[in-house]
Amino acid sequence: MAVQAPVVPRRASAGEPPPGRSTRRVRAGHSLAAYLLIAPAFVIFTVVMLVPIGKAAQVSLYEWSPFPGVEQTFLGAGNYTRALSDPLFGKALLNATVYMLVTVPAQILLGLVVALLLESRLPGRTLLRVLYYLPVVTSWVVVSLLFRYLFATDGGLVNWVLVDGVHVAGQPVGWLDSRWTGILAMCALGIWKGIGWTAIILLAGLTNVPRELHESAATDGAGYLRRVWHVTLPALRGQLLFVTVLLVIGGFQVFIQVLLMTNGGPAGDTEMPLTYLYKQAFSYLDFGYGSALAVIMTVLVLVLSVGQTVIANRRAAR
Amino acid sequence: MTLETPRLRRTRMSARLVVLGAGALVLIAPFLYMLSTSFKPNRLAFEWPPQFIPNPATLANYTQAWGANDFGRYFLNSVFVACFSTVCTTLLAALAAYGFARFRFPLRSVLFWVLMLGLMVPSVVILIPQFLVASALNLNDSLSGLVFFYVGAGVALNTFLLRGFFEGVPEELDESMTLEGAGPVRKFVALYLPLSRPALATSAVFAFLAAWDEFSWAVTSINDPAKYTLPIAIAQFQGQHATSWGLVFAASAIGMLPVLLVYLIGQRHIVTGLQAGALKS
Repeated sequence: MAVQAPVVPRRASAGEPPPGRSTRRVRAGHSLAAYLLIAPAFVIFTVVMLVPIGKAAQVSLYEWSPFPGVEQTFLGAGNYTRALSDPLFGKALLNATVYMLVTVPAQILLGLVVALLLESRLPGRTLLRVLYYLPVVTSWVVVSLLFRYLFATDGGLVNWVLVDGVHVAGQPVGWLDSRWTGILAMCALGIWKGIGWTAIILLAGLTNVPRELHESAATDGAGYLRRVWHVTLPALRGQLLFVTVLLVIGGFQVFIQVLLMTNGGPAGDTEMPLTYLYKQAFSYLDFGYGSALAVIMTVLVLVLSVGQTVIANRRAAR
Repeated sequence: MTLETPRLRRTRMSARLVVLGAGALVLIAPFLYMLSTSFKPNRLAFEWPPQFIPNPATLANYTQAWGANDFGRYFLNSVFVACFSTVCTTLLAALAAYGFARFRFPLRSVLFWVLMLGLMVPSVVILIPQFLVASALNLNDSLSGLVFFYVGAGVALNTFLLRGFFEGVPEELDESMTLEGAGPVRKFVALYLPLSRPALATSAVFAFLAAWDEFSWAVTSINDPAKYTLPIAIAQFQGQHATSWGLVFAASAIGMLPVLLVYLIGQRHIVTGLQAGALKS
């Protein structure tokens, strides 16, 4: 989805039961009404999400061809062992890790700065908030093409700024023509597009920061940065964890910007896990191997998010 | 901050404004440059030094994109898909959210958690099996098929958002309507929907933006160029005419217009929706 989704509560906050009228007949009618209300959403959800999740697990065990009439060969764990020794998949994972390590801290830091600056009353605050959030709501296709244009070698705006503007580069850099500069350009896009989202979420948390604590720390002579460190950040723990988990997951899911900025090139150097598995299926028609990689990525993402939450909670408990 | 004088406060506020303004300018600059290029004749797209104000400025890219390159049709395809998905997603999610918020029934929390599972699975990761399922159901290469998949993919998030809101509707109102003999349908239409207008707006805004900008599934599922939605049309067009940046950005600007409108009208709802999701975690 294009809009980064706010996600799942950690605890089931089951609502209170409505006052029950206790004859069995009414109860049964009550349940039936509920099932009828839920059914349309649940049926379509099952077809579009649940069945495919199961199907992915099944297909990943086969050498699976999408052509009708072709016999599917059962491989067992074959696709998975292949993934473990696939150097190109390893490279894609490393690329995504680097992308994640660059973009997550940058987005959190910059988002935090924006949120702190936007926190209290300010003329034009709504306008500023709208502007900062604008990159978040624009389509990945448009901004990926836009950044490809900005990072073009000859005549691209970024190169012009570097060469003629601030004179740090002697000649135009071929950003999208090699591995790390290409990934750097994608990181620039990711950070640019994500700051507004991080800032909005953190801004919500800032309303919980105890004001009195801030003021008493100030009268004790604590400087602004010290107060942010000792008062604001601890109060933002929940939001920071939420943002970190989602950004880390998101970092492993870069897809559209890779396809449209470098298409994984040159020679697969800027490939990321999702573009790699997508091409296995839709370019090489190896649906089985693509699905196995998809299952691996899903597990990795779940482990990462649960792991971060557990570590953060343990640290808080100490 | 007891020692703060009004003058110090004013200086500090100006400093914040300057920093935030400069940051906003950096964030918006790429869009401005994109707009500028969309009004340039193509030969000036990579002019060195770059032209910020197009001279001569031209509307040719817009007329050509809309007419000769069929973007008018893609635009209508996107309108159909996005509007239809928005209405269906919000309606189905509202019904389900009402069921989860105000009824007790066997398997209630199991079903809810299964639904929430849909929020945790990365969307690109299940493109492959979704393609196989859509083939089996004959839903590939069709705009209604796109709607079907967008609704299925979006219904979990919106059920989650709306359920929280429906739970906040005072139970006394529900009970008094029950005493007057109102059934679930009447309560849903006359009580829950009207009271939840802000939440429904949030849900609709999310559903619209998601469907309007969706690329990965559309490019996987749609083959026939006559059925392209704007994101695939723009991406394919750039692939085929690698140097016509003016045209690409004119088409992009046309495609961004509805997003901007929805965003500006609904931005309050976006903020509350996002923050509700984050605060609950």
